[in-house]
Amino acid sequence: MTAKKDYILFDRDTQAVVYGMQQDAIQRMLDFDYICRREKPSVAAIVNPTRDGWHKCFFGSEEIIIPMYRTLDQVVEKHPNVDVMVNFASFRSAYSTTKEALETNTLRTIAVIAEGIPEQHSREMAILAKKKGKWIIGPATVGGIAAGAFRVGNTAGALDNIIESRLYRPGHVAYVTKSGGLSNELNSIISLNTDGVYEGVAIGGDCYPGSTFIDHIMRYEANPEIKMIVMLGEVGGADEYDVVEALQAKKITKPLVAWNIGTCAKVFPAEVQFGHAGARAGNVRQTADAKNQALREAGAVVPNSFEDFDAKIKETFDRLVAEGKLTPVTEVAPPPVPQDYRTAKKAGLVRREANFICTISDDRGDEPTYAGIPISEVIEKGYTIGEVISLLWFKRLLPKWATEYMEMIIKVSADHGPAVSGAHNAIVAARAGKDVISSLVSGLLTIGPRFAGAIDDAARYFKKACDDGTAPETFVDEMKKLGITVPGIGHRIKNLDNPDKRVELLKDFVCNHFPKTIYLDYALEVEKVTTQKKNTLILNVDGCVGVTFLDLLNASGSFSPAEIEEMVEIGYLNALFALARCIGIIGHIFDQKRLKTGLYRHPWDDIVYMVEKA
Amino acid sequence: MAQKAIREYDAKKILQERWGDYFGDTAVYAGKTVQVTAGTDWNQLKTENGWLQSGRLAVKPDQLIGKRGKNGLILLDADFEAVKKWVLERMNQPVTIGQVTGVLRQFIIEPFLPQKVEYCLAIKSDRAADTIHFSPSGGVDIEENWDKVVSIPVPVGASVDDVDVAGKLPDSLSGAEKDFFTTFIRGIYKLYCDLHFTFLEFNPLAVNGNKVVLLDTKARLDDTAFYLCGKKWCAVSFPPPFGREPFPEESYIRDLDGGTGASLKLTILNPRARIWTMNAGGGASVVYTDTIVDLGFANDLANYGEYSGNPTTEFTYKYARTVLDLFTREKDPSGKPKTLIVGGGIANFTDVANTLTGIVQALREYKDKLKSAGARIYLRRGGPNWREGLSKIRDLGKELGIPISVHGPEMHMTRIVSMALEER
Repeated sequence: MTAKKDYILFDRDTQAVVYGMQQDAIQRMLDFDYICRREKPSVAAIVNPTRDGWHKCFFGSEEIIIPMYRTLDQVVEKHPNVDVMVNFASFRSAYSTTKEALETNTLRTIAVIAEGIPEQHSREMAILAKKKGKWIIGPATVGGIAAGAFRVGNTAGALDNIIESRLYRPGHVAYVTKSGGLSNELNSIISLNTDGVYEGVAIGGDCYPGSTFIDHIMRYEANPEIKMIVMLGEVGGADEYDVVEALQAKKITKPLVAWNIGTCAKVFPAEVQFGHAGARAGNVRQTADAKNQALREAGAVVPNSFEDFDAKIKETFDRLVAEGKLTPVTEVAPPPVPQDYRTAKKAGLVRREANFICTISDDRGDEPTYAGIPISEVIEKGYTIGEVISLLWFKRLLPKWATEYMEMIIKVSADHGPAVSGAHNAIVAARAGKDVISSLVSGLLTIGPRFAGAIDDAARYFKKACDDGTAPETFVDEMKKLGITVPGIGHRIKNLDNPDKRVELLKDFVCNHFPKTIYLDYALEVEKVTTQKKNTLILNVDGCVGVTFLDLLNASGSFSPAEIEEMVEIGYLNALFALARCIGIIGHIFDQKRLKTGLYRHPWDDIVYMVEKA
Repeated sequence: MAQKAIREYDAKKILQERWGDYFGDTAVYAGKTVQVTAGTDWNQLKTENGWLQSGRLAVKPDQLIGKRGKNGLILLDADFEAVKKWVLERMNQPVTIGQVTGVLRQFIIEPFLPQKVEYCLAIKSDRAADTIHFSPSGGVDIEENWDKVVSIPVPVGASVDDVDVAGKLPDSLSGAEKDFFTTFIRGIYKLYCDLHFTFLEFNPLAVNGNKVVLLDTKARLDDTAFYLCGKKWCAVSFPPPFGREPFPEESYIRDLDGGTGASLKLTILNPRARIWTMNAGGGASVVYTDTIVDLGFANDLANYGEYSGNPTTEFTYKYARTVLDLFTREKDPSGKPKTLIVGGGIANFTDVANTLTGIVQALREYKDKLKSAGARIYLRRGGPNWREGLSKIRDLGKELGIPISVHGPEMHMTRIVSMALEER
């Protein structure tokens, strides 16, 4: 590392640490580096108190990674060449982080972006920096920019602005301003009226900026590359008078074009505080008029208003050229920066094939929607769970009888006690100390061809037979020939004379509310055949759910036969069962956890061991 | 977010509340203060504060008004009924102090305590140091007795305990007085720092034995320190400077401003004047207003207005509509054009086309009023996507049939001001 001159804060080799995970600002600094044709990126490290690792960003069209640390001391240890910190810490922590940076041996310039730091803290930081011979830019600033070399954070705005103001290469004019907002305007004014900005610093709008006008103007005075200086002060405070004194003492030999804003304060009805904390005149000396007058008398070039600020800058620059004191820089073209995909897409310049499609919900707006209906409306209009399922599974609102019936299915299928596969597995997992989700999943994983499979199978077989117009007797015979028990038929205890009440209730609802019930009718015909063989071979709850769900799809009038076929095929029935059974399984898991039951071990005497010696 | 003056009542309340932490028995806070507004129940006040009936009283308005004594705004040595009459005669009445007229709404009443010796103690903050000013000859004539004021600087970072206070105190004080004031000044100074005061003045200040009475107190707090000492500030409020009553439009914009993270400001200077401004950006809006004043049109300037910090389209629309409504209420009585300056600097990242949407909406709504007021509009703005934004405005001017002069960053920021004002 070559030693920098005292008056240089930023050059083409300057590397910074960014305090705070400011992805946009970091990318903007790197984009600036790229159009300046810097060899190394200006951001060497990031301090992110909540995460360490690596941050990926672009340097031109290449992707690079920047190390990210939790603490500043790690940066100081691993990156001894970093001498600038761009401090994005909030007003609450900017004081302590800046003090920490000032106490290091390597960090020399700290830009403090936060606004609203208590004045006592700002003063202490400023005094400490002076004692250590270091620099603070800010607080309450956007930062500063060394054209063609280094950009502090977001200074100078979008890349378009930077290119329009030719900040990718140095000119001969340096400026210092209180207002960061107006720094962009100064970049533009200087670019339009001279050969461009060499460097510009926004010292920030607080009462006690860490470095003031005179500090930077004396740096500019010492730097032989800078031929003229522009200063934009404002009403409030007295820092501008340091410049007046330096002019009077002939310490500033380069032409200085200066203006102070806030001359309108005198027309206000009461004491006025403009946006900046420091922008309030405590006495006549602190008014913009008094400052403009004092600077004018001390020899600065001061316009009559902002209106001829540009003309004064141009005159001063042209005079320097005429006097042979400077040769305007030769123009260079900056390399084009690849456009950011998001921006280009917004502008309609690029398109890209998406990897995912979603047709049921949308979380991009103010509020997520279900099939286009905002969630708040779902609540306000009193949508039922059945209707929410309808929106998200069928992408439309099914008739009230259909959604109500789905809820009935959920109610009858929510739990069938601890002994069935799903609940049992979940209980074993819960007792093994697994968390709710793992235990739930272990229960759900049993749902398939055997456990709860009857619903799905019943729907498939009955649907095919009914659609094909197979006579019930033939269907029963064919199943028998194939050696398959008719799914959905048969009960352990219940029979025709002692029917399953659940099935009766479901059938009742369906017969009373569904416009048509072709599959249930068919199943009941099949039941007539099977019960002739044995009294208990009735349509059971699984079979009933399976066939009535087919009727639901068919009678809603919303789906084509192909769509219904597909729904059965991709597992809508298993899904409805799984959804319902989640309620019960979760209940069993909580039950076990509340009971603090220990690890389950199956008893030996319940296992027949028939192991032969190998 | 800055240094803010607070009411005398609040300052004394904060001091009284914290006093014990700094002085113990060496200096006892001996003042009493009550606050009176239009809503005060005088009977209840009397019952709750027995001293109001038992002794002589002093009363004055408490609205950040300077030089109250010289403006006849203090009543001394009066009884409760006289104080009540004096206050009721002045409550909600306008009063003019220098160039500023405002309405009296808040008063404080304290015991009247004539003093043989009145001290003055003030602390001011500066970049390099805080300075403690002390004088054994305080009171209204402090300026005539300025040579008796001693100044004790405490450099930033130094401890007041290391500062030789006693050695700086005037020689006219006795040894015991020097001891007392050394302790008292150090305590007040620590309180000043801990509570983030940026200015504090007791003039006069009375001391009787170990009892301290702050007769007249002025204070400013650094409101950015709210997160550190908000609780210790006893629910302090930061009143606006003494001045005229806000216009309803100003209050409306203040409320809007409070409802957004962005910034919306409106100050009406002269509602009948012909030049109105609606500028983007804190700094830029000041520059535009300056230029109108600097070019000699201060008397034609109607308002100061500013929106910044990326307000949503809705807020920008509401803001623009308020300004347009004021702007189009009447034609200029002398027949000069009504001029609206819609200025702005070069935006950093804000999409210019987007930010102008709210303004376009308001202009459309006020199309007829703009025409009948004979409006001319001058707009300048730069920043991302400025070409598209400005061409939208140009098209709008044609569509509405309103002269809108539209300029981008290629033109010097304030040139629209001279263009507008030079046109007849």
